[in-house]
Amino acid sequence: MNRQIVKLFGFILVLYALLFGFTSYWSIFDSDSLEANSANRRPLLEEQQIKRGTIFADDGSVIAVSRPQGKGDNQIYVRHYPEGPLYGNPIGYSFVERGRVGFELAHNDELVGNKTEFLSILDELQGHQQEGDNVTSSLDPAAQRAAVDGLAGRRGAVVAMVPSTGEIKAMVSIPEYDPNAVRNSKAFQRLNTDDSAPLFNRATQGGYPPGSTMKVVAATAALDSGEFTPNSVLSGSSPIEIEGVPLSNSGGEQFGEIPMTTALTNSVNTYWAQVGEKLGTDTMFKYMDRFGFNQKPQLDYPGFQLTASGVYQGGRLLDGSDRIDIGRVAIGQERLRVTPLQMAEVAAAVANEGELIEPRLWSKVVDPDGRETKLDPARQSRVMSEETAAQLNDMMQSVVQEGTGTAAAVSGIDVAGKTGTAEVSGGTNQAWFIGFAPADDPQLAIAATVERTSGFGGPTAGPIFKAVAEAILNQGNGG
Amino acid sequence: MSARTRELFALIPVALLVTAGFTAVLITNSDQLGNLSVLYGGYFLALCVATHIVIRIRLPDADPFLFPLVALLAAFGMVMLFRLDEGLARDQANWFVLGLILFSATIIFLRDYEALERYRYVIALAGIVLLIMPRFLGHATNDAFLAVDLGPITFQPTELAKICIVVFLASYLNERREVLVVGARSMAGIVLPPLKHLGPLLVVWGAAMLLLVFIRDLGSSVMFFGAFLALIYVATARISFVIIGLGMFVLGAWFFAQTAPHIEQRFDIWLDPFHDPGGSGYQLAQSLFAQADGGLFGRGLGDSLVQLPGCQGDFPDRCAILPAPHTDFVYAVIVDELGLFGGAAVVLIYALIAERGFKTAIVAEDGFSKLLATGLTAIFALQAFVIIGGVTRVIPLTGVTLPFISYGGSSIVANFILLALLLMVSDKARRRVRIENEVVR
Repeated sequence: MNRQIVKLFGFILVLYALLFGFTSYWSIFDSDSLEANSANRRPLLEEQQIKRGTIFADDGSVIAVSRPQGKGDNQIYVRHYPEGPLYGNPIGYSFVERGRVGFELAHNDELVGNKTEFLSILDELQGHQQEGDNVTSSLDPAAQRAAVDGLAGRRGAVVAMVPSTGEIKAMVSIPEYDPNAVRNSKAFQRLNTDDSAPLFNRATQGGYPPGSTMKVVAATAALDSGEFTPNSVLSGSSPIEIEGVPLSNSGGEQFGEIPMTTALTNSVNTYWAQVGEKLGTDTMFKYMDRFGFNQKPQLDYPGFQLTASGVYQGGRLLDGSDRIDIGRVAIGQERLRVTPLQMAEVAAAVANEGELIEPRLWSKVVDPDGRETKLDPARQSRVMSEETAAQLNDMMQSVVQEGTGTAAAVSGIDVAGKTGTAEVSGGTNQAWFIGFAPADDPQLAIAATVERTSGFGGPTAGPIFKAVAEAILNQGNGG
Repeated sequence: MSARTRELFALIPVALLVTAGFTAVLITNSDQLGNLSVLYGGYFLALCVATHIVIRIRLPDADPFLFPLVALLAAFGMVMLFRLDEGLARDQANWFVLGLILFSATIIFLRDYEALERYRYVIALAGIVLLIMPRFLGHATNDAFLAVDLGPITFQPTELAKICIVVFLASYLNERREVLVVGARSMAGIVLPPLKHLGPLLVVWGAAMLLLVFIRDLGSSVMFFGAFLALIYVATARISFVIIGLGMFVLGAWFFAQTAPHIEQRFDIWLDPFHDPGGSGYQLAQSLFAQADGGLFGRGLGDSLVQLPGCQGDFPDRCAILPAPHTDFVYAVIVDELGLFGGAAVVLIYALIAERGFKTAIVAEDGFSKLLATGLTAIFALQAFVIIGGVTRVIPLTGVTLPFISYGGSSIVANFILLALLLMVSDKARRRVRIENEVVR
């Protein structure tokens, strides 16, 4: 019988080897896919027990805070947004039931206090519970409110940033939504199926035709490439043929032989289309790339909530080798689609003497021990020379002083800007204003746009610029 | 060094494990556990030493490693239960007291285990009564009749029944193995046992089927029948008997799976636990998620997620993310907190116990002792395989306890009696070997 006993033991060992094999499979080899399994709620449930960091606005007011519910081992934290819809789109939400988006997603690691393995072991030894860092956003409540009021319920978006640091002071997308409501699945369902797409952040995701605001990009290419000066003279007569198709000025207005400054001030389409054709696709694309077109913006924001600006053909981003009517690209027509964020960056690059700083929604992180990390502005690109920027600054000032952008003028402060009115289907317009102030020492670059309006860029979007600029600049003066 | 001194030294790692484990749990959950709870650890160690003294007096020649290995498993279980819920560890410690009392009683009062042979039919009857008892006195859990309500406590009679059945089979097969082999005829190349001796074996098969249908307990059924086949194989050395038996079991199980949706569902979940991970597949899916969460070294004792946050209720019966973390799925919690290393350590301890058990069977002189030790070891080892295999999706999940680790009185008491019998066989066998050696010298 002894031989059989030994064989039986061998059989048991084979069974146990199977147990070991399967345990290794689940715990090591298949663990990544099990952890990513949608039925696995462990990661979310664990995060729910961590006190998520507070998000502050630039002035120290609270944007998002986690409040405890329950006691002891059962305590969980639930996110609350005291200002309701005011920061809905830029900040997003974070709920176990719903996941997270926006700033909450982009800064999740800091907000839940994820650290390097070494630091978390040290924390554990000291008996610290994992706790999130507090993150201060650069968003300014006064600027947010001014932008919301300025849009006055009209669909559209506003982005305001500090040219020298990239800090975003205002980011508003209308219609807005209240992130507190998202936790409720019925309310979320309604928001998700709403035709006006309130969950869609128009400021970073909306691809709109830029209209004449694109002439700032064309002017940059023209001046900085050395092929034009502010005094270069071309014909402003209308219509003229561009790529074999007649192009008219707004309202069919006729201009004679005019210099570039006049052409920008009065937004003369025919002049700028000729500039685009003379520069050619390569030069135009070179400068568009420098401004950050044709790639997703370098914002601290989730990739799926960022749209690249550029010339699109059926959802595909075209490059310089594709057949493109570059004359019409220069005046913001063709199949060009841009985001309000991108156009704010265009204004900011001119304002910051030609240097583009990466846009940022955060300004400061403070960990539970009080250690601070502050935003270190990152240079994205040198778009144009200081000289070009200075020339363009002067030209854009005259747009506001005596051209299409007078509605954006702020009393006592020089404003530089550019209007845009893109015709969209159904005879309605996409109204734009981009600009910066004060022109001699820019503190702020703003892009404002309104969807499907009957009005023009200057009178429609100009006052929004003015309201947001005043909200921020007056704050600075007041103290 | 004497066997008993070795046993005492082998208890040192157990002491270390209990101390380290309780300390680790205390550090992580210091806000909820009082320092007093460490006493359960000390209490447990005192019990181990007391038991050692009983063995030293009554079974001086018994295998020195079996008891420390069992104590190691029990220590693992105590630490895990302590980590899950202080009250569970306290109850479990009390069960250990009762288990060790019955262990000692078995050793002291059953002076010669060979006396059991004489009462084999009574024992067999007792086993069958124990098996069908829950159907009449108990209630169904997960559609299976597993427990009998005895006032405030519930009792799982299958745990005790397994010892009765093994004692009967060892005795019966020891007597009949000659005729089973000699009288065997070959039919179409298959060796069949003689028909008149086949009867009792068919009864065993029938009992396993009965378990399946009547009690609806697939796990115990597999365990019993596995031990039966193991004994048939060791007694007769005929692999064909095992194959025939296995065939009959699979056929029967398949037949009943058609009629009992409960068993068929178990198979469906086993084949695809993620088909309905929120419903029928929830337990198994959560078990795999817990193991994935553990990785190589685990999250650390007390650091895994076992309780649903924000849930108000009586843990672990409610509010557990992984259901039954203290009974059926305790292995998954071990892998979650101690990783693959922890899981492998548990499996290794069971393998070492099996090795000591089968070694005892080999050293034993007479057929009954050999078969008894083999049967007890096999059913113990298979029980561990059935539940760990279910939790790790090697086989369909069935509810049996993880011996000495799972929470539960019946399992602990029964397994301590099983251990007592094994040690008695071992004591007798090793005493003979020792005396022979001394005579030779």
